[in-house]
Amino acid sequence: MTERGADTLLRFAMPVVIALVLLGIWEALVRVYDVPAYLVPAPSVVAKTLVADWPILGPSLAVTLRTTLAAFAIAVLLGTLTAFLFVQSRWIEISLFPYAVLLQVTPIVAIAPLIIIWVKDTQVALVVCAAIVAIFPVIANTTLGLRSVDPGLAALFSMYKASRLQRLLRLRIPSAAPYFFGGLRIASGLALIGAVVAEFVAGTGGHAAGLAYQILQAGYQLNIPRLFAALFLVTVAGVVLFAAMVWISKLALARWHESEIAG
Amino acid sequence: MNAAEQASRDSLPVPAAPVVSAAGVAMTYRGGTRALEPVDLAVREGEFVTLLGPSGCGKSTLLRILAGLAAPTAGGVAWWEGGIDRVGEAGRKLSFVFQDPTLMPWTSVAANVRLPLDLAGCSRVESDRRVAAALELVGLEGFASSYPRELSGGMQMRVSIARALVTEPNLLLMDEPFGALDEITRARLDADLLRLWSRRRLTVVFVTHSLYEAVFLSTRVVVLSARPGRVVGEVAIDEPFPRDESFRVSARAAAHCKSLADLLAAASGAADARARP
Repeated sequence: MTERGADTLLRFAMPVVIALVLLGIWEALVRVYDVPAYLVPAPSVVAKTLVADWPILGPSLAVTLRTTLAAFAIAVLLGTLTAFLFVQSRWIEISLFPYAVLLQVTPIVAIAPLIIIWVKDTQVALVVCAAIVAIFPVIANTTLGLRSVDPGLAALFSMYKASRLQRLLRLRIPSAAPYFFGGLRIASGLALIGAVVAEFVAGTGGHAAGLAYQILQAGYQLNIPRLFAALFLVTVAGVVLFAAMVWISKLALARWHESEIAG
Repeated sequence: MNAAEQASRDSLPVPAAPVVSAAGVAMTYRGGTRALEPVDLAVREGEFVTLLGPSGCGKSTLLRILAGLAAPTAGGVAWWEGGIDRVGEAGRKLSFVFQDPTLMPWTSVAANVRLPLDLAGCSRVESDRRVAAALELVGLEGFASSYPRELSGGMQMRVSIARALVTEPNLLLMDEPFGALDEITRARLDADLLRLWSRRRLTVVFVTHSLYEAVFLSTRVVVLSARPGRVVGEVAIDEPFPRDESFRVSARAAAHCKSLADLLAAASGAADARARP
C-alpha cells in the first residue's frame, strides 16, 4: 500500500476506533452499574430502538432533511445574490450589512414563533427559520471572497481593459470560490440546527413531524432510547452534510487551492 | 541573432521615432511625499532601456506611468507620439510584466497566457495558435495544462512573460521581473529575454536594482537617485549583441558597472549633502 493510501485509511480508521472504544466504555459502564434505560440507555439498546422504531424515525428524518436542504438551498442562493449586491458598491454594503448582522445575532428561538404565526404553512415557516440561521456565513464569506482579489491581477485586468462582466466572471468569482465553499460548510450545519430548533418551537405533530418532534415526544414519554436514537440521526445527518460539503469543495478547488492540496 | 538581424539592428535609422516619451513627469503622493521629481525620458524604437536605482527611487512608479497604469501628478507621457488611445493599434501594442508572476492560480498555464486574448475577444483558433507560439518562445511547450503552483518561480515568471508576449507587443515594460529569483535562474532568463528582444524587435523598458543585470541587458541605462527619485545620469552600453555569459564577466562590462556605481554613489552623496542641516 502506498503511504498516501495508508494515510487516507488511517484518517478514516482513527475516528472510528475512537468511537468504538468510547461506545464500549459506555456500554460497559451502563451494564456494570446497571443504569436504567430511562436515564442512560446502553448503545446496544439505542441501536435496537433505532431499528425497531425506524417506521417512526425514518419519515421524521426525511421531514427534517427536507426542511434542512430547502433552507440550505435558499440560504446559498439568497446569500450569494446578497453578496454580489454588496460588492457592487461600498454604499450598498455599508447600508445593508448591519441588517445581515442583525439577522445573525437575533436568536432564532426568539423570532421563530413570530415567523410561524406570520407564515401560514408551517413547513414553509420552518424553512424560513432555518434559512435565516444559515444565510449569514454565506453572505459574509462570499462578500469577503468577492473582495479578496489579488491587486496584481486586478491591475492586469485593468490593463487589458476587461469589462465589468469579464472581471466578475474571470476574476472575482474564481477568487471568491475558496471563501464561498468555506461558507457552505458552516451554512450546511447551521441549516440543520435551524431546522431542528424551529421544529422544537413549532412543535408540529401529525404527518409532518420532524426529528425534533420525536425528541420532544420521547422526552415526555420518558422513552429515552428513542430520544437517543433520534439524536443519533440528527448527528449523522449533520456529519453527512458536512462531509458532502467538504467533498464538493475538494472537487472544485483540488487542483489549485492550498486548503485542498495534499489533503 | 543571425547576421541579417544584426545588420537590420545596426542599420536602424538614428534617431528612431520615440515609442514612449515622458516630459516633465513627476509624482507627488497625497500628503506631499514626492516620489518622483520631474523626469524627461524618450525611449526609441528598438532600444532596451533600463531604469536603475535603489529601492524606493520611484523607478517602478515611473514605469507604471509609462504603462498608463498610473497618472503622473505633473507632466505628460506620449505613446508613439500620441495619447494613450494610440496604444493597442496595430504595431503599437504595449505589455507590462509585473514584479510577481501575477498568475491566476485557479486555471492552467495555457488559460493564463490566453487571458489577454480572451479579454479582447480573440477567436479560439487564433488564440490557440498564439498561445502555443508564446509558450514555445519562453520554452514551456510541455506545460500548457500545468497549474501555476506546479511550476517553479522561474517557470511562473516565464508564463508571465508568455502572457505579455501573446498579444505580440511592440513595447514591453518590465518591473523587476526577475528580482525574486535566484542568481542562476535570473541569468538564464536575462539571456532568454535578450534573445526575444532581438528576435521580436521589441522595445523594452526594464526596471532593476542590479547593476550587472542592467549592463548585461541594456542598450542604455538611466540612473535614478533615492527618494525623491530623479534622473542623475545615463550610460549608453555600446556593446555588440548578441551578448553571452562571457560578456557578463568581461572587463568592458565591469567598466560599465563602475560608471553606473559612480553615478549612484554621487547621487546618494548629493542626497546626503542635501539632507544635512
